[in-house]
Amino acid sequence: MEFGRISRRHLLQGGAALTLGTALGAGAARAAGTTIGFVYVGSRDDYGYNQAHAQGAAALKKLPGLKVIEEEKVPETDAVEKTIESMINLDGASLLFPTSFGYYNPHVIKMAKKFPKLRFEHCGGLWSDKDPTNAGSYFGYIDEAQYISGIVAGYSTKSGKLGFVAAKPIPQVLRNINAFTLGARLANPKATTQVIFTGDWSMPVKEAEATNSLIDQGVDVLTCHVDGPKTMVENAARRGAMVCGYHVNQSPLAPKAYLTGAEWNWEALYPKFVKMIAAGETIPNFYRGGLKEEIVKCSPYGEAVSAEARKHADDIKAKLVAGNYTIFKGPIMDNKGNAVITSGTDRGQTDPELEKMNYLVEGVLGATS
Amino acid sequence: MADGSLGLWTVPLAVFGGAIRVSTPFLFVSLGECITERSGRINLGLEGTLVMGAMSAYGISYLSGSPWLGVLAAGITGAMLGALHAGICSLPRVNDIAVGIALMLFGTGLAFYLGKPLIEPTAARLPAIDFGWWSDVPQVRAALRINVLFLIGIALAPLLYWAFKTTRWGLLIRTAGESSDAARAMGYSVLAIRLRATMVGGFLSGIGGSFLSLFYPGSWNEGLSSGQGITAVALVIFARWDPMLCLWASLAFGGAAALGPALQSVGVTSGYHLFNAAPYILTLAIMIITCSPKRTLTGAPAELSITR
Repeated sequence: MEFGRISRRHLLQGGAALTLGTALGAGAARAAGTTIGFVYVGSRDDYGYNQAHAQGAAALKKLPGLKVIEEEKVPETDAVEKTIESMINLDGASLLFPTSFGYYNPHVIKMAKKFPKLRFEHCGGLWSDKDPTNAGSYFGYIDEAQYISGIVAGYSTKSGKLGFVAAKPIPQVLRNINAFTLGARLANPKATTQVIFTGDWSMPVKEAEATNSLIDQGVDVLTCHVDGPKTMVENAARRGAMVCGYHVNQSPLAPKAYLTGAEWNWEALYPKFVKMIAAGETIPNFYRGGLKEEIVKCSPYGEAVSAEARKHADDIKAKLVAGNYTIFKGPIMDNKGNAVITSGTDRGQTDPELEKMNYLVEGVLGATS
Repeated sequence: MADGSLGLWTVPLAVFGGAIRVSTPFLFVSLGECITERSGRINLGLEGTLVMGAMSAYGISYLSGSPWLGVLAAGITGAMLGALHAGICSLPRVNDIAVGIALMLFGTGLAFYLGKPLIEPTAARLPAIDFGWWSDVPQVRAALRINVLFLIGIALAPLLYWAFKTTRWGLLIRTAGESSDAARAMGYSVLAIRLRATMVGGFLSGIGGSFLSLFYPGSWNEGLSSGQGITAVALVIFARWDPMLCLWASLAFGGAAALGPALQSVGVTSGYHLFNAAPYILTLAIMIITCSPKRTLTGAPAELSITR
């Protein structure tokens, strides 16, 4: 009975054509106002990574003529393609921000090929020449802000022991740990950073245990690189330790213990992107920047930060903003005694070698494996 | 120790502190499940109950300002989810394991949905009792800041052990779990007994959840439980349906959870994934050592769908 199968297939094709037609019609009708779609991997009010992006989206909502649509908790699987397609077909989105690292390859690349007229801006990926030109990847050198946090932490510690609660030993995380430690040793050459890896991005009980273990070891200033720093900040403050935040400003959680923090500044970058598009400029496909480009920022200093620490940190911050300061400047030794950056070598922020970081610098207690 | 660190002593202290800090949710869920399973039914949905308990406790504590009201709300929420499980399972030809899995997904999903606005605010926490006043070492004092729920849990285990053994309702639960025919012959409704046992189990699991959000780690977020509820259900089998063994197993699991971070903090950095997996390796090892193809597990209620 071939008849049944054929007729069903035709029915499906007809249905698909109908949907597509409606979507195109709707898209054309909405061409006046731009619709921007944001996709988050977690909850957008997690006091962390996703909230930072949601704050950027909120900044766009304030601009006239823009419609912002958001979907949260989209896993890094085919699900993100479905979300993107429905944002395009049902809501008429023409600019998309899939914000999680794992969305990029293959999902965002596939979508960019399928919708060549729309623009895809992905956070954290490494855009290369082979990728479609309507896709782009942007990211921030948040290690600059971690370096400033390190300086403040170096002045604020009494024991000389700092703690870092980290998720996984991947280059971005190691770079933050290293920058934090280098900054701290600028202020206090004897300072050490004890690092604990919890194994995953969101493990509240492990993060709390890591915080307690660090404080038991005499650590008195902590920071972290996990998706939601809330657990670390609250538990450290309860034990009387000081903290440097991450992703967003966590000072409302622990006003007395909060020194400063490394924050994303997406609320400055996203409106900039939209203005560039409106003015007909092209956004570079590979977009990076730090304090100077206003992609990252430091939280305001807490009351516990000394005048000396503020002065030193502000001084370095001014140099970073002016663009004449290198954090990863040789000679730098790793914590096993090997020279990882030789004397005379300056690894500037754009150096691709830094995005492959696989070592912990001298002064970090811990191992990458 | 002029610099205030304890060196290698941190590890046993952290495991001890971890046993106290981390074990409470395991303890409450496993004791609750122990009651339910002794009556002849498995409620796998306790993971969902735990998360719902954590969310509702945080929400009520935030809205009312009283963490104890939050604990009560968590218990009631848990009992209601228990009643739902028991209610569906009392229909003919319904599999309790399948219903449990459905309720696990339902509970976590509902908690995430309702808990969305609760991630940011800070709710009033449960107080801790300072049992470390005698020590000058701050680490010991910190480890001995104990929450009342932990003490209640510890007291509950021998109480349940005694109740199962000597009281009338303990005997009824065991009868329903060992032979529903016998319970019916005595003139009792098996379904009513199981309904109550599942509700009490849910009540305790909900309270276990309130400990997570109101004491340690001490705030509501979606990764809060990360499978502790389902681990605790497995722990009941591991503990051979004996409340006292549930207590020791919960303490062991809590201590094992602290082992990974503590070892890293003193410089043992290799294989931290393995140390993080310590509780599960422990479970597997004991299950393999004690199982036998020739007989059912000792202590298993005869009416359980896994033993029948």
